Amino acid sequence: MKSVGLRTELNVERIRADFPILHQAIHGKPLVFLDSAASSQKPIPVIEAMNEYYRTTHANVHRGVYQLSEQATALYEEARRKIAAFIGAASPKEIIFTRNTTEAINLVAYAWARPFLREGDEILLTEMEHHSNLVPWFLVAQEKGLRIRYIPITDEGRLRLDLLDTLITERTRLVAVTMMSNVLGTINPLRPIIEKAHAVGAMVLIDGAQGVPHIPVNVQELGGDFLAFSGHKMCGPTGIGVLWGRRELLEAMPPFLGGGDMIRRVTLEGAEWNELPYKFEAGTPAIAEAIGLGVAVDYLSRIGLEAIHHHEQMLVTYAMERLSEFPGIRIVGPPPAERGGVVAFVMDRVHPHDIATILDREGICIRAGHHCAMPLHERLGLTATARASFYLYNTIEEVDRLIEGLEIVRKTFHRAG
Amino acid sequence: MEDLYREIILDHYENPRNYGELPDADISYEDDNPLCGDRIRMDLKVQDGRIVDVRFSGKGCAISQASASMLTERIKGATVEEARRLTREDILEMLGIPLGPARIKCALLSLKVLKAGLYGLPKIDWDELG
Repeated sequence: MKSVGLRTELNVERIRADFPILHQAIHGKPLVFLDSAASSQKPIPVIEAMNEYYRTTHANVHRGVYQLSEQATALYEEARRKIAAFIGAASPKEIIFTRNTTEAINLVAYAWARPFLREGDEILLTEMEHHSNLVPWFLVAQEKGLRIRYIPITDEGRLRLDLLDTLITERTRLVAVTMMSNVLGTINPLRPIIEKAHAVGAMVLIDGAQGVPHIPVNVQELGGDFLAFSGHKMCGPTGIGVLWGRRELLEAMPPFLGGGDMIRRVTLEGAEWNELPYKFEAGTPAIAEAIGLGVAVDYLSRIGLEAIHHHEQMLVTYAMERLSEFPGIRIVGPPPAERGGVVAFVMDRVHPHDIATILDREGICIRAGHHCAMPLHERLGLTATARASFYLYNTIEEVDRLIEGLEIVRKTFHRAG
Repeated sequence: MEDLYREIILDHYENPRNYGELPDADISYEDDNPLCGDRIRMDLKVQDGRIVDVRFSGKGCAISQASASMLTERIKGATVEEARRLTREDILEMLGIPLGPARIKCALLSLKVLKAGLYGLPKIDWDELG
């Protein structure tokens, strides 16, 4: 093991004790989970909070006048307040519960872009976006005759901010950009993008799926207009995500889905929309999941996002140092200082799926494929990459296990020299 | 790792048999598995209901490429009818390795390409392979 600055502010041993799933063997080897960018594992407090809710408190929210329903409603709304505080939102009314980041982005595409944008208007995306921040815009652009443009990336995986002045024009109505690439790991400088977009009156949607779980975010300081993120990538359950939007924007938008809870009054002639945030939450929501996400936010806040980010940068720095010494491996993306805890790579003569399969036999979970970023892979000239991603519960020893696993891959495929 | 990446698989991956294209092919078909970027094309020369020559090309993981290579050996000289009767079990038996649900599509991509080509279909679904 080489020594880089292998210091962490986290008590990782104690953190790992909170994640029961980590303490098991896969194919007879201790599990090494390096796929948190796809979905993170869940700590005991989150699992127990959801269990406890179903055992003691469940009833539908915003409906009953009886005590159980009032308690369930109180827990659900408490979760919303926690999440608002977590991202520095001005009000819990700006926190819309969705299923995930994808649904949050679709909400903006269907309830903001669709009614408010006109033929010839431009949406600016980037070459490094996940499919969920591309396809919703394709759909609305096709319907409304919008033009989609892209901020290109450099070969190192940075956004070409030098082109912003030509890309952001008076026709630009929306810039939708990821806070952090799920493949390159690049943490994007959002401020210059937001400033330039706002200067021409364009809105900015931030895809926070990879950023919010790992980097401290304060939406009021940052100054964007919409932020989308998922619970399951930040120690919370699946099936719950969040759209944050500035209140005046959300007030002006028509509803996304129609149904119960999102209306104030319904007659046979029509309906009057409910106030925020309920206007955008049709039907019975994911109550237990929202409560679970609230507890996940408590958990992450107690440990500290700054400390988590530093821990992940320490791991990714070490991993990139080890990988760059490894014969035949090429890392994609920028240097460690500019990224979060994600490192994608390719190995000579070995397909990423074969790497992942062999590592699985060693108990190591990594992701292989295009990671829902096919245009990015095309830009990089690759069909697929192997990706290791880190979170607060990962250790230096697990990076060493990854490298040992890659040695087995190399020996398997390069046996004849 | 012996069980999955056994010598015969790696040998077919590194030295694929019948690799290339047939300019005068009677049947050409290509398909991919966008999940992993595996792509396979098959060119067949057919005379009197018999596959007299075959080539495959493409790129992808060891399982998909070895499977395609082994499949070309299997069908060269076979009748079209015999080739049409091949099933997923035939392919898995031919590979002789344990495959989980995530990797089974890699193994079956070449059969998918072959069958769609032989039946002249625009495409064939995974669950229709037989």
